[in-house]
Amino acid sequence: MKDALIITKRQLLQLFRVPEVLIFSTIQPVMFVLLFRYVFGGAINTPGVDYVQLLMPGIFVQTVAFTVAGTALGLAEDMQKGLIDRFRSLPIARSAVVVGRTLGDATLNVVVLVVMAITGLLVGWRPSSSIFEILAGFLLLLIFGYAMSWMGVLVGLSVRDSRVANSVVFLFVFPMTFLSNAFAPTTGMPRPLQYVAEWNPVSTMVAGVRDLFGLEPMFGATANSFPSQNPLVMSLVYIALLMVIFIPLSVRKYKNVSPK
Amino acid sequence: MSASIIAENLVKTYGGGKDENAVRALDGLSLTVEEGTVLSLLGPNGSGKTTTVRVLSTLLRPDSGRATVAGIDVLAHPQQVREIIGLSGQYAAVDETLTGWDNLIMFGRLYHLSGRGAKARADELLEKFSLTDAAKRPIKTYSGGMRRRLDLAASLIVKPKVLFLDEPTTGLDPRGRQEMWEVINELVKGGVTLLLTTQYLEEADQLADEIVVIDQGHVIAKGTADSLKKDVGGERLEISVAAEQRSEVRRIVERITQSAATEDAGVHKVSVAAPGGTSTLIETLRELDAAGIHPLDIALKRPSLDDVFLALTGHIAEENLETTANAKPKRGKR
Repeated sequence: MKDALIITKRQLLQLFRVPEVLIFSTIQPVMFVLLFRYVFGGAINTPGVDYVQLLMPGIFVQTVAFTVAGTALGLAEDMQKGLIDRFRSLPIARSAVVVGRTLGDATLNVVVLVVMAITGLLVGWRPSSSIFEILAGFLLLLIFGYAMSWMGVLVGLSVRDSRVANSVVFLFVFPMTFLSNAFAPTTGMPRPLQYVAEWNPVSTMVAGVRDLFGLEPMFGATANSFPSQNPLVMSLVYIALLMVIFIPLSVRKYKNVSPK
Repeated sequence: MSASIIAENLVKTYGGGKDENAVRALDGLSLTVEEGTVLSLLGPNGSGKTTTVRVLSTLLRPDSGRATVAGIDVLAHPQQVREIIGLSGQYAAVDETLTGWDNLIMFGRLYHLSGRGAKARADELLEKFSLTDAAKRPIKTYSGGMRRRLDLAASLIVKPKVLFLDEPTTGLDPRGRQEMWEVINELVKGGVTLLLTTQYLEEADQLADEIVVIDQGHVIAKGTADSLKKDVGGERLEISVAAEQRSEVRRIVERITQSAATEDAGVHKVSVAAPGGTSTLIETLRELDAAGIHPLDIALKRPSLDDVFLALTGHIAEENLETTANAKPKRGKR
C-alpha cells in the first residue's frame, strides 16, 4: 500500500511540474457546463425545473466517467516509455502501480469536481438537499469514477499505443454518456434506445446524484423499470460489478504485461 | 568464483502455438555468468537479446527452461530476485515530466529506502553520474546520454549484486557512448556482475570479459573478444597507394605481417590480415616512411558484427531480413 501511495505521489508531482495537464483536464468539463447552460440548454424543455439543476449532475457523471480515459492514457504512455517494465523489475507488490495510478486519478477527480461545482454555483446551480446528502452525492461520483478508472487500467495495458487508448475510450464512453438522461430527457429517443438509456449506468448515476441533490425523479424515467425506480441501488450494483470484473483482470494483466 | 547468472535451455515463443506467425524468440538458450564478471550478449535485432534479459530480470516467464540469479530461482522466487538486481532497458525508462532528482527519490522510495536515505542516495548518484547540475530539471530537457545515465543511476539505487543493461548505448552519439562506457567500466570495477546486450562488437570488446553471440534465440558462439575475432579473421590493414608503388607496399606489409597480401587494382588498395592491430599499423607506417612512400589512405578495419555473423552462421544479420519481411515489426525483439 505504501508503494501504491508513492506512485500516486509521483502522479500528483507531475501535476505540479506540468500544471497545464490539470488546467486542461478542468477546462473541458467547465466548457461543457457553459455550453449546455447557455447554448443547448435554452432548447431543452424541462417544465417545472430550471435546466441547470438537471444539467450539473449530468456533467458531473460524464466527467467522472471519463476517468477511464485519463487512466488508460497514463498507463499506456508509461508502458510505451518502458516505465512499467522498470516498475515491474522492482521489489514492490504487483498491484502497487495500478492501485497508485487509480488513486491518483481519483485525487485528480476531487480537484476537477471542486472546480466544476464552483462553476456550477456561478451559473445558477443550487442543490436543495442537506449538506450530508450533497456530500454523499459527491462521494458516489468519486467512487463511480474510481470504478471506471479500473476499466481504464485494462484498456491502457492492452493497447499498443497511447493514442489507441484514447480512441478506444472515446468510442466507448462518449456514446455511453450521451445515450443517457444526462443532458436531455430520454423520452425524445426512439423506444429501443430509451431502454438502453434507462439501463445505462450513466443514467442511473445521474438519476441517483440528482436524487441526492434534492431533485424529483424526472427527465427520462420513461417506464416503471427497476433502474428508473431505484437509481441509487442500481448505481451501486454497477459500481460493484465494474470493480469485481476489472480489478482482478487489470491486476492479472499487469502481472503478465509486455510492451508490444 | 561461482556462477552468478545461470540460464538453462530457455524457450519462449510469441504468438501462440496455432498462430503460424509464431516467433520462437528463445530457442533453448543457455548461458552462465561468473560472479563479478561482465558478459556481453551480442546479436542483431530480433536475435533474442532483450527476451533473455526480460526473462532473467523476472519480467517475462519463459515457456520452459530454468534460470537462477545469485543462486535464487527466477521462476520460483521472482520477488527475491527483484531485491538484488538492477535493470536498465533500451529506452530511458524514467518519468520524463519529473526532474532527475524526483525520479531517483521515487525509485529510492520504491526500493524501500527511508525518505532521508532516498535523498542521500539520489544526491550521491547524481554526483557520480555528473548530473548534479541537471538534477532539478525535467528529464525532457536532458540529452540522450544524460537520460541513459539517469536511467542507469535509477537501476543502481540499492547497489544491485547483478545488473542487466539492455543495449545501453543504442541511439547515443559517439560522445554519449564513450561517456556511458566510462561509467560502466567504473561500475564493473566496483565488483558488480553485469550482463549487457549490444549490437556492437566494439562495445562488447570494450566492456566484456566474455562474449556470447546469439542468433535466432540460441547461442552460436562464445569466448573472449580476442578469440571471436580470431574466428572471424581479425583485423585487416588496408592501404591505398598510387598504382606504381603498389607492389613495393605489398612486399613491405608481407614482410611485416608474415602473411600474403591482396592487391585490389580497382581501388588501388593493398589489403592484409593484421593480427598485431595497431602495432602492425605503426610498424607499417614507419617502414613506408623510410621507403619514401606516402599512402593516400591507411586504415585498420575491424571485423563488424556482420563479418562475425557471416563467419559464424553463413548468413547476414537478421535485421536485413526483417526489413524485407516487415510483416512482424518489432515483435521478434521481445
